[in-house]
Amino acid sequence: MSKIHLEILTIERKLYDDEVDMVVAPGVEGVFGVLPKHAPLLTALNYGELQVKKEGEPDQFFAIGGGFIEVRPHHVVVMADSAEHAEEIDALRAEESRHRAQELLEKRGEVVDFEKAQSALRRSTLRLKVAKRRSGSRSDIPFS
Amino acid sequence: MASIRELKRRIKSVKNISQVTRAMQMVAASRMRRAQEQAIASRPYAAKSWEILTHLASQKLNVENLHPLLTQRKQVKNVAIILMTADKGLAGGYNGNVIRAAMRFMKERGQESASLITVGRKGRDLMVRYGRKVIAEFSDLPARPTTVDIAPITRLALDGFLSGEYDEVHLAYTDFVNTLVQQPTVRMLLPIRPGNIESKVMSEYLVAEEHQLGLVYAYEPDPESLLDTILPRFTELQIYQAFLESRASEESARMVAMRNATNNANDLASDLTLSYNRARQEAITKEMLDIAGGAEALAQTTA
Repeated sequence: MSKIHLEILTIERKLYDDEVDMVVAPGVEGVFGVLPKHAPLLTALNYGELQVKKEGEPDQFFAIGGGFIEVRPHHVVVMADSAEHAEEIDALRAEESRHRAQELLEKRGEVVDFEKAQSALRRSTLRLKVAKRRSGSRSDIPFS
Repeated sequence: MASIRELKRRIKSVKNISQVTRAMQMVAASRMRRAQEQAIASRPYAAKSWEILTHLASQKLNVENLHPLLTQRKQVKNVAIILMTADKGLAGGYNGNVIRAAMRFMKERGQESASLITVGRKGRDLMVRYGRKVIAEFSDLPARPTTVDIAPITRLALDGFLSGEYDEVHLAYTDFVNTLVQQPTVRMLLPIRPGNIESKVMSEYLVAEEHQLGLVYAYEPDPESLLDTILPRFTELQIYQAFLESRASEESARMVAMRNATNNANDLASDLTLSYNRARQEAITKEMLDIAGGAEALAQTTA
């Protein structure tokens, strides 16, 4: 069976490098799935979670903070501005920062950096979501 | 000749110094390794983004008008230079070399009043003393820098270039060749020139080129907006890389300087020990002569 060679890169490190069966990525024009033999595609990525499916193994999740992705028939390269594996995320800290961001947003009207708080909220919510997907939890896209 | 006690004191202090410099040498060695590892870790990303950039650029003949960050200005009036130095000294000629390279560049280009963005305290202090135009300074960056630490520098360069405040942005840093050789380098950061492989940093990535220019990509949304995403990141990457190269160079320069200092201190200590021993022996001999002379005299008087 044909596979995809997936690489997840950030400026700071190479996070992932393996043969996988399917990649689900948060593109700017919507979440899309990549199977082997996908047509060549170059697109930007949004904030979101990236799902990696590998037969016989639980799915893996990554929190992606934007960037872009290059898709070739058997090779996918994700170039993320920031990327974290679900296992790496400190859920407690993410929860805390989500709380802080929410409080800041509720105090609107006072001089707060609205955009900053909003992006902090977005980031921590995403991290929390991905953290909850640690290995062993269910996946909502059935493997075909 | 110095007194014995004086010599003893000096030996002790020289040995202390050699211990300190040896410790600094070790610290510098481990920091250098770390910076090198970090620089290497970012290479896959660099290689890939360079590849994509070249690919995108090859799609259209008129690269220059594709994106403002790629456009060369007809008249270059105002130039900004990002100068990367260390926060601390004691690194041999490291700081001096890169500052001199930047100064020479400013002189050659007739840009004595170029705006300077200094990274590292040494460069800032010197440029301020020379009365140059320092518009921003970054110091005390962490030992393990992340892109978050670099982001403000990138912002400044991009905003300044896009707003037309600067027509070119250059990067003055020290290229890490190996532990013994570090090359002060000044090169153009903005506008970006795809296909320009003059920089050593980038040419290293292009070796493993299995290029697939034949592939026709679908672009989402479109090449222009993709360039919008890729180019700023590419700029950031270059600054980040240059910073790591500079860090590795700084620490290896410091390591070599400290190794020399340790060797010198050890040489000095052994010289001093020799003098000390000689002085001690001389004193003993003199004393023995005194005693012998005294005994002789006593024997003669009693006889």
